[in-house]
Amino acid sequence: MNADFTPEDLAFREEVREFLQNEFPAELREKVDAGIRLSKDEIVRWQKILYKQGWAAPNWPVEFGGAGWTATQKHIFAMEMGLIGAPEPVPFGMKMVAPVLMAYGSEEQQQRFLPDILQSNVWWCQGYSEPNSGSDLASLKTSAVRDGDDYIVNGSKTWNTYGQYADWIFCLVRTDTTVKKQEGISFLLIDMKSPGVSHRPIVLMDGHIEVNEIFFDDVRVPAANLIGEQDKGWTYAKVLLTHERTNIALVPRSTRRLRALRRAAASLDDGYGGSMLDDPVFSHRLAELEIELKALEYTELRTLASLSVGKSPGPESSILKVVGTELAQRIDEMFVELAGYHSLPYLPEQFDEGFQGAPLEPGVPAGQGLVYLNDRKLSIFGGSNEIQRNIVSKAVLGL
Amino acid sequence: MDFSYSEEQQMLKESVGKFVQQQYDFESRNRIAASDAGYSEENWKLFAELGWLTVPFSEADGGFGDSAVDVMAMMEEFGKAMLVEPYLATAVLAGRLLAALGSEEQKAELLPSLMAGNLQLALAWAETGSRYNLANVRLSARSEGGDVILDGVKVNVLNGPNADKLLVTARENGAAADREGISVFLVDREADGVHVQDYANIDGGRAAKVTFSEVRIPESARFGEAGGALTALEQVVDHATVAICAQAIGALDALLQKTVEYSKTRKQFGVHIGSFQALQHRMADMFMECQLARSITVMAAMQLDSDESAAAMAAAVSAAKSRVGKAIRRVGQEAIQIHGGIGMTDELDVSHLFRQVTGLELLFGDADFHTGRFARLQAAGTKQD
Repeated sequence: MNADFTPEDLAFREEVREFLQNEFPAELREKVDAGIRLSKDEIVRWQKILYKQGWAAPNWPVEFGGAGWTATQKHIFAMEMGLIGAPEPVPFGMKMVAPVLMAYGSEEQQQRFLPDILQSNVWWCQGYSEPNSGSDLASLKTSAVRDGDDYIVNGSKTWNTYGQYADWIFCLVRTDTTVKKQEGISFLLIDMKSPGVSHRPIVLMDGHIEVNEIFFDDVRVPAANLIGEQDKGWTYAKVLLTHERTNIALVPRSTRRLRALRRAAASLDDGYGGSMLDDPVFSHRLAELEIELKALEYTELRTLASLSVGKSPGPESSILKVVGTELAQRIDEMFVELAGYHSLPYLPEQFDEGFQGAPLEPGVPAGQGLVYLNDRKLSIFGGSNEIQRNIVSKAVLGL
Repeated sequence: MDFSYSEEQQMLKESVGKFVQQQYDFESRNRIAASDAGYSEENWKLFAELGWLTVPFSEADGGFGDSAVDVMAMMEEFGKAMLVEPYLATAVLAGRLLAALGSEEQKAELLPSLMAGNLQLALAWAETGSRYNLANVRLSARSEGGDVILDGVKVNVLNGPNADKLLVTARENGAAADREGISVFLVDREADGVHVQDYANIDGGRAAKVTFSEVRIPESARFGEAGGALTALEQVVDHATVAICAQAIGALDALLQKTVEYSKTRKQFGVHIGSFQALQHRMADMFMECQLARSITVMAAMQLDSDESAAAMAAAVSAAKSRVGKAIRRVGQEAIQIHGGIGMTDELDVSHLFRQVTGLELLFGDADFHTGRFARLQAAGTKQD
C-alpha cells in the first residue's frame, strides 16, 4: 500500500506541467486568474490545442483517438489542468454522447460524429431533463413518432447548459406510451439547425445565462440518427449517467480554490489588526475543509486504484458526487464570508471581458456572492444529491 | 499508487480476522472484559505465538517491520471485534516509545520479553490539567543522591492495572508546558510510593489513575537523554493515533453493517424500517462517513510509512483523527438512533461498539483539538511559502 507515483507517472506529470506552462495561452490564463469567463471560441481554441497534442480525450479508447492513459495518468492530467485553471473539455460531446456512440452507435454513426467531437468542430448539448421530468427522468414526455424514414419530434427540454452555443443535441424521447415508462424511451441525435427547433435562455439567480429551454415543434429527424434500437434508450442513458458521475468530485477545482482561499485569508484584515487567518473560528473552519478535501481526494484515489486493476466504478462512486459537490459549496460559503461586504455587489457582467467596475477591490476575491449563488446547482444537477443517496442506499446497502 | 494490502499484510489481516471470528464472539469478549484482569492471558500468549506482538517493531529491534499500514490492518479487525487485550497500550504505545528512546541495553532487556508475551506495559502520559498537550507535564523528577525521585499524578493510564512496568513522562526542569525538560522513566508498578487506582474504561478496557509519591528510581531507569523525550513521545502518539483511527474504522463499518441489517428485519407499520427514505438517506450518509474515515486513515498510515517531513506526517495524522472523530459521532449516534430502544441496551453489541468508538473519539485528542493542530501546522507552512 502506497500513494507514491511510479517514476513513469512522475515523468508524465512533468510532461503535463511543461506542456500546460508552454501551451495554455497566456491571455486565457490571465482571464482565468482574474475570474473572467472564457468565450465559446476560447474554449474551442484550447480544446484544439489539446487535440493537436493528442490529449483531447483522456477517457476515450485509443482506437477512437483517445489518449490511452492509465487511471493514474488521467488523475494527474485532471489535477494539473485544474491547478492552473485550464478549462476541461465541454463534457456533453466528449464525456457524454461519445461513450454512448462508442458502445451503442453504428459504425457509420461513429465515423460521422466522433471525429468532430474529438476535434471540437461540433458543440453538443444534452436533452434529458424536461420541465416536468427532473429527478424522475423516465417520466419524460417529448415525443418522437415514426413517419417514413424520419421521426417527428414534439416537446421541450430544459436546463440545457450552453444550449445557445450548440450545433447538436442528444435527446431522450418517448417512442412508446403504452409500456412501462422506462421501456418506451429512445436515444435520438438532433441537428439544432433543424426547422422547428428553438430555444429560450433561462437567466439564473446569479444573472448569468448558462442554461436554456429548447423547444421542438414538429421537428423532422432522420431515423438514421437513432442510436441503437428504438425503445432501448433508457439502457443507453444509464451508461451515460455513470460516465457523468466520474470526475464529479471536483478535487482539482477545490484544491485550487482552497489554496487561493488560504492565501487570501492570510492577506486580508480581520478588522482587529490581524489577518483573517488569525481569526480562530475562520481558521478552524478552513482547516476542516482542507481535511475534508484530503478525505475526498483519497476516496477518489482509492476508486481510481480499483479501476487500474480492471474493476469498473460502481454505485459507490455516488459518494464522490455528494461529498465533492457539498465540499465545493462549503468552500464557496467561506469565500463569501472572507470577502464580506465585497460579496454583495450584484454585477453579473463582472465575469465578462473588459469589465472595469468600481466596486472591485484589489486583493479581495471578486464576485464570490455570485459564485455562491451559481454553485447551488452543484448538488442539484447530474442526479441530485438525494438521488445519489438513493443509489447508495439501494445499490450499495441493498435497502 | 497502490491501495491494496501486500500479500504479507493480507495474511496478517486474515490471521487476526480468523482469530476474532473463531474465538472472539461478542459473548466471549464480554466474559473476558468482565474478568478480574479484564483481558485474557491465554489470548495474549497466542498473540505472541502468532507474531502479532512483533508487528510494531523494526527488524533491527527483532520485530516484523514497524509499518503503520501493518498495524492498521490489525487494528481494523480489533475494532470490529472490540478486542480488550491491551495491544495498543503495551505494544503500540509503551513498546514503541521504549524502542524509540531506549538504549540497546534497555531494549535488549525489555523488548524480547514484550514480544514473547511475558511483559505488560503501560504509558503514563496524561495528567488532569494537561488535556491533549503532550508537553504539559507537571509530574516532577528530581535528582537526589544518584537517584531520581518522581512526584505527581497520572490519569488515563491505559492497561495501568495489569502493567508490570510503567513508562512515565516526568518533568526534570522548566515550566509545565515547556517542550524541553521532559524525560521518560521506567517504574515498576509494585515500587514503593506507586499507588494504582484501577477502573474499567467506557470502551471495555482497563485503565488507572496512578499516584507517584516520592518514588525513588535509579538514573538508569531513564530512557534517552535527560529532558529530551518530547519529540519521540509525539511521534509515538501520532502512530498510536493512526492505529486507533484504524480501530475506529473497523468498528464503524461494523456499526453500519449491523444497522443496515437491522433495518432490513425490523418491521413497523407493516414494513421494514429500511424501506423508509428518511432512514435510507441517513444510512447512505453513514456509508459515506465510513468511506471518508477509511480514506483519510489510509492516507495517514501511508504518510507515516513514507519519508515525508515530520510536520507533514503530523498534519496527516491530525487530519485523520479530526475526520475520523467526526465520523465516529455521526455513525455512532445514528446507529443507536436507527436501532431505537434496543440500541440503548447493554445486551446488544451495537451499544458496546458505540462505547468503544466514543472512547476512541477522545483518546489522543478530539476532532476540535486535531483540527486546531492541523490548522497551526498549515499556517506555519503558509508562512514558509
